[in-house]
Amino acid sequence: MARITFIQPDGTEHTVDAEPGMTVMEAAVKNSVRGIAAECGGACACATCHVYVEEAWREPTGQPEQMEEDMLDFAFDIRPSSRLSCQIKVTQELDGLTVRIPEKQF
Amino acid sequence: MSEDLIKTDAVIIGAGPVGLFAVFELGLLDVKAHVIDILDRPGGQCAELYPEKPIYDIPALPVVTGQELTDHLMEQIAPFGAEFHFNERIETIEKIDGGFRLVTDAGTPFECKLVVIAAGGGSFTPKRPPLPGIEQYEDTSVYYSVRKMDAFRGKDVLIVGGGDSALDWTLNLQPVAKSLTLLHRRSEFRAAPASVQKMLELVDSGNISFKLGQVTTLHGEDGQLTGVTVKAPDGTTFEEPTEVMLPFFGLTMKLGPVANWGLNLDENLIPVDTEKFETSERGIFAIGDINTYPGKLKLILSGFHEAALMSQAAHRIVYPDKKLIFQYTTSSSNLQKKLGVK
Repeated sequence: MARITFIQPDGTEHTVDAEPGMTVMEAAVKNSVRGIAAECGGACACATCHVYVEEAWREPTGQPEQMEEDMLDFAFDIRPSSRLSCQIKVTQELDGLTVRIPEKQF
Repeated sequence: MSEDLIKTDAVIIGAGPVGLFAVFELGLLDVKAHVIDILDRPGGQCAELYPEKPIYDIPALPVVTGQELTDHLMEQIAPFGAEFHFNERIETIEKIDGGFRLVTDAGTPFECKLVVIAAGGGSFTPKRPPLPGIEQYEDTSVYYSVRKMDAFRGKDVLIVGGGDSALDWTLNLQPVAKSLTLLHRRSEFRAAPASVQKMLELVDSGNISFKLGQVTTLHGEDGQLTGVTVKAPDGTTFEEPTEVMLPFFGLTMKLGPVANWGLNLDENLIPVDTEKFETSERGIFAIGDINTYPGKLKLILSGFHEAALMSQAAHRIVYPDKKLIFQYTTSSSNLQKKLGVK
């Protein structure tokens, strides 16, 4: 089990338990975390599960692959820490992962 | 775009897999249908969001892509000759004697005996960048689509994005615009390589400019844009003067006009019964992802089931005096004739 914390734009924090193997997006949706729309259901096809990965977690979560980087073109306010949460797989090593949710997913 | 009245038995709103299969189930029961969809092709989310992604839970098809599923359904429903109206969206539904009158955003009017809402997650609409005050510029300085190229003649145009729409309109509007700038967050593009190549040639020949960055603020007044502030990848900002901005960030699903049709809604979903999948309005049905009922699962296969049961009720509306005899396509020569296999 890995604990993942989502920080809303207003600073509200929401920590959830995630099973290794699921995605960070799934962990958010399953726990009704606001601000993760995930319109396409995790197909890397809509860019509505955009998050900013906290600095300390940038390395363990890795870099976006080509398809994800392309899809990020359809998200708003992209920063170097931007990821699509449906493309981050939860592992035991990600226990404690903290991500920030953007103002709006569009 | 015709304004001639179209009369039919059923109007199906949405050409996703469930709307398409509704053509089949209605067709077996001699209910004729027209299908309306805001996209330019059939398939709905399957075509727009995941044409190449495999789907694993369609009965008897261990794996099928969104596009293949759409193609198979189009083949399966071909015998029923449903007419499709793409790039249009039903705006209004009005109750009339013996059924309903519907009008699309292009002004096409329909009269039908029943309506089937198979609109999935809603209507695909261009994403609106969440920039403060953007609404005040929409349709005067900010456009999400190009209806008439002439509207941009002699203007300073800023196109934002790196996908096919952004690149296509860069190439198409360049000869018309006074000046054209393409703004994208990075120097890689997801658009077709040939378009990217042509765009870069235009940059080299000095006909357009390409800049790296993201828009953070809009400037202007009374709906007239004068410029935007752009954040460059290195974190610095610069001002980019422009009269017109065309942001292309893909599509998102919005419930759209369905909310105005006077139907009971439950958090953007339409509650239905589980016998006929009828809404709070008699003669208006809702099937697929857009409906809700106890135990609802948003699965394509559930939508198919709903289409079949809805069609039984549709038959009673269109043929109130005919008794419906349940038949199988495997053995009924009558159904096989309709399918064109006998």
